[in-house]
Amino acid sequence: MIPILQIEALSVGFLNSGAMNQAVDQVSLRLAPSECVGIVGESGSGKTQMFMAAMGLLAKNAVARGSVRFEGQEILAQKSALRRVRGSKLAMIFQDPLTSLTPHLKIGVQLAEVLVHHNGVSWHEARYIALRMLDQVQIPEPKRRLHEYPHELSGGMRQRVMIAMSLLCRPSLLIADEPTTALDVTVQAQIIELLRAVREEFAMGLVLISHDLAVVGGLAQRILVMYAGRIVESAPAEELFRHPRHPYTAALLKCIPSVFSAPRTRLPSLAGQPPRIGEKLDACAFAPRCPRAAERCRRERPQLQVAAAGEFACHYPEEL
Amino acid sequence: MRRMRANSAAVMALYLMAAIFVLALLAPWFNPNSADTLDWAHAAARPGMQGAHWFGTDRLGRDLFVRTLAGTRMSIVIGLAASFISLAVGVSYGAVAGYVGGRADQVMMRMVEILSGLPLVFFVIFLTVMFGRSEYLLFFSIGAVGWLTMARIVRGQTLSIRKREFIEAAVASGAGTPRIIAKHVIPNVVGPVVVYATLMVPQIILFESFLSFLGLGIQEPGASLGTLVAEGVGEMETAPWILVIPGGVLAVLLLCLNLFGDGLRDALDVKEA
Amino acid sequence: MIRYFFLRLAAAVPTLLMIVTATFFLMHAAPGGPFDQEQVLAPEIQANLQRSYGLDLPIWSQYGRYLASLRHGDFGPSFKYKDFTVTELIAQGFPVTFTLGVIAILLALGIGIPLGTLAALHHNTSLDHATMSLAVLGIAVPTFVVLPFLGLLFGVYLHWLPVAGWEARSIRHLALPVIALALPPLAYIARLTRGSMLEIMGAHFIRTAFAKGLPASTVILRHALRPALMPVASYLVPAVASIMTGSLVVESIAGLPGIGRYLVQGALNRDYTLVLGMVIIYSTLLISLGLLVDLLYAWLDPRVRR
Repeated sequence: MIPILQIEALSVGFLNSGAMNQAVDQVSLRLAPSECVGIVGESGSGKTQMFMAAMGLLAKNAVARGSVRFEGQEILAQKSALRRVRGSKLAMIFQDPLTSLTPHLKIGVQLAEVLVHHNGVSWHEARYIALRMLDQVQIPEPKRRLHEYPHELSGGMRQRVMIAMSLLCRPSLLIADEPTTALDVTVQAQIIELLRAVREEFAMGLVLISHDLAVVGGLAQRILVMYAGRIVESAPAEELFRHPRHPYTAALLKCIPSVFSAPRTRLPSLAGQPPRIGEKLDACAFAPRCPRAAERCRRERPQLQVAAAGEFACHYPEEL
Repeated sequence: MRRMRANSAAVMALYLMAAIFVLALLAPWFNPNSADTLDWAHAAARPGMQGAHWFGTDRLGRDLFVRTLAGTRMSIVIGLAASFISLAVGVSYGAVAGYVGGRADQVMMRMVEILSGLPLVFFVIFLTVMFGRSEYLLFFSIGAVGWLTMARIVRGQTLSIRKREFIEAAVASGAGTPRIIAKHVIPNVVGPVVVYATLMVPQIILFESFLSFLGLGIQEPGASLGTLVAEGVGEMETAPWILVIPGGVLAVLLLCLNLFGDGLRDALDVKEA
Repeated sequence: MIRYFFLRLAAAVPTLLMIVTATFFLMHAAPGGPFDQEQVLAPEIQANLQRSYGLDLPIWSQYGRYLASLRHGDFGPSFKYKDFTVTELIAQGFPVTFTLGVIAILLALGIGIPLGTLAALHHNTSLDHATMSLAVLGIAVPTFVVLPFLGLLFGVYLHWLPVAGWEARSIRHLALPVIALALPPLAYIARLTRGSMLEIMGAHFIRTAFAKGLPASTVILRHALRPALMPVASYLVPAVASIMTGSLVVESIAGLPGIGRYLVQGALNRDYTLVLGMVIIYSTLLISLGLLVDLLYAWLDPRVRR
């Protein structure tokens, strides 16, 4: 079976006044059709830039190397192939739905233009399809919304519009970059629920990027943990929650509030700062913050190794 | 400063500007002619070595080299003096509005807004008409209308530093408002003020030469670059150098001042409020 | 929004009245009168003249009489051009000035906006640098230097275009004045557009538009251009004011029979009614333009409508 998305040795760097800052470092991953994968990591871990590179949305000063294949077709090197699928078969939604929608265009126009461009339907027809899609993502009074501007909608409603927009051409893969981070807690749950529903309905793949393991945990079948531009652990969601192997994953898990933890206790947060990516190649990037770090970790960089259920990159993993 | 040096256009502009300044100051020692001597033997002479009229003479035989540099000196003096007035008025007004805040700020800035909505020329025309034409009045009235932008910039800067620790410390130590504004607020807004002051000088020189061109500024036999260009326009078909020389100097001077100001702004990374 | 617009419209009348009042009293407070500079007149004749124009009356009743005549749309007789009323003088020259100004502002917008957009899209290339150098030139060099230099080049040396003069409906006579007049606002608009376009192209909604797979031309024209034009809209009133002041010198250099000369001459001659008429015309134009810009804002950014 051809993977829906296959990333090989992808590196992304940013040129800043002559110096190259590496953001993604030789990452590879495969996604099966209609698989739901969660990507977790702190801000700056490269999780977003990896998919920005796949979508061809990197900043002008960025350099991407490696290969990205979508449904078997190279899209990183071949911009024409990317142009054919971007926004139709391969869709992406973003963190802040207010700033991500064009402020001066009506919702109806912003939805319909996708169909007009990709499917060549008339504006009239496109608006009709858009209307039905708004209904499908459970926006109340969808007819009225078509004539409203983004600022007239609530935060949750805007993210629903973003989702509707991404679904118009029936994508086979949706990349959701922190789709709930800018929203209220109650709305967050609704949006996750909506994503779950539309994924099943459209039988599409879903990449859910978040800094929060809890957000990803409820939806993803497999979870990838990224640190300093690399994947440090990858495992089926259940396995990862039950038996984290990488100390970083273990530390992230301790940060999740649980209904069982005493209400007054402070949540532990991770001490220290993530390293400037690309600083040292001959050490484990997590070593300075790692409770389990030993001399070897500062000398030799751990490679991803296959474990029973997944992969991890650590010399001294947590025991099973 | 390193970034300033990297901007070659701004550096060139600075050198050229310095050369014009020095020439304008030293002109009387350079050339045997004086600005208002009438050399009838060489009236409307072409540029050349004839009678040491390097840039030629005007219709009345006055030496254009000396006259242009005298005009340049006048333009620079008025530009600097009027900028200084704008600076003083604008900085104090903006600092007070920004620091005092509240209703006073609203009223003061509303006034600035109304005034900046009026075309300046009309205002200055009325002032010159009312009080007759004099150089002092000229730079005073230009300076008085140039302070608006400065006031706006200083107010914005003041608002942003008002809440900082060192201001609060000064308040806590019992310093009065005027003292805090003078000792703590104004010194801390110097960066952007310098940048906008350098950008204001060419605007004011442009404005002064515009008025002089219209006959509302410097009067004969005095010369500013504006009056010289006005003279030259009348002769442009028969003696184009009378136009081209002062016009060219004015254009180069303003261009250099603008390039230098832009370079300074980019180097110090100042954003408009 | 509509209510706001009508409120602004209603506020325009007292604003105009204030401007007229201030101008009226400033003019009359200035030393000298309209008949001072003429050949020395016998005191009786001077007094007669004063009386026939109502200048012997107390200033308040002169003001009242002026406002009363304004109510009928009458700007009164000119003191200097004795055979003409102010309305006639303005009606003669206005079409020339208006044509000149409208073409200049359209040129400034029509070239400045695309130029600024192109510079932003080719940020840090030679096209960008060339455009911005040209913009500094346009901003720095005064109109009254540009126009004679253009005249010298295209008129005196190349003989392509007339240096000065006016013929009705002659584009050749308007070309140089219009270019000189349009240059500073054009340069400024190009600069403003470039700056805001650079900022907008980094906005999240532009990223979304690209993620939707839209072609770059659609992204720029439909999504980026309108918000990028906000600063240009704010600059419209100052731009027109600068064209108005520019037309004062352009008309005198090119010998165009517009109304520009009346303002300065009128003020110098203490031609009270002529100056007031000019001030009213210019203020009305600027105030209505300000109202138009408010509507423009609402179109550019729907968040302004409320």
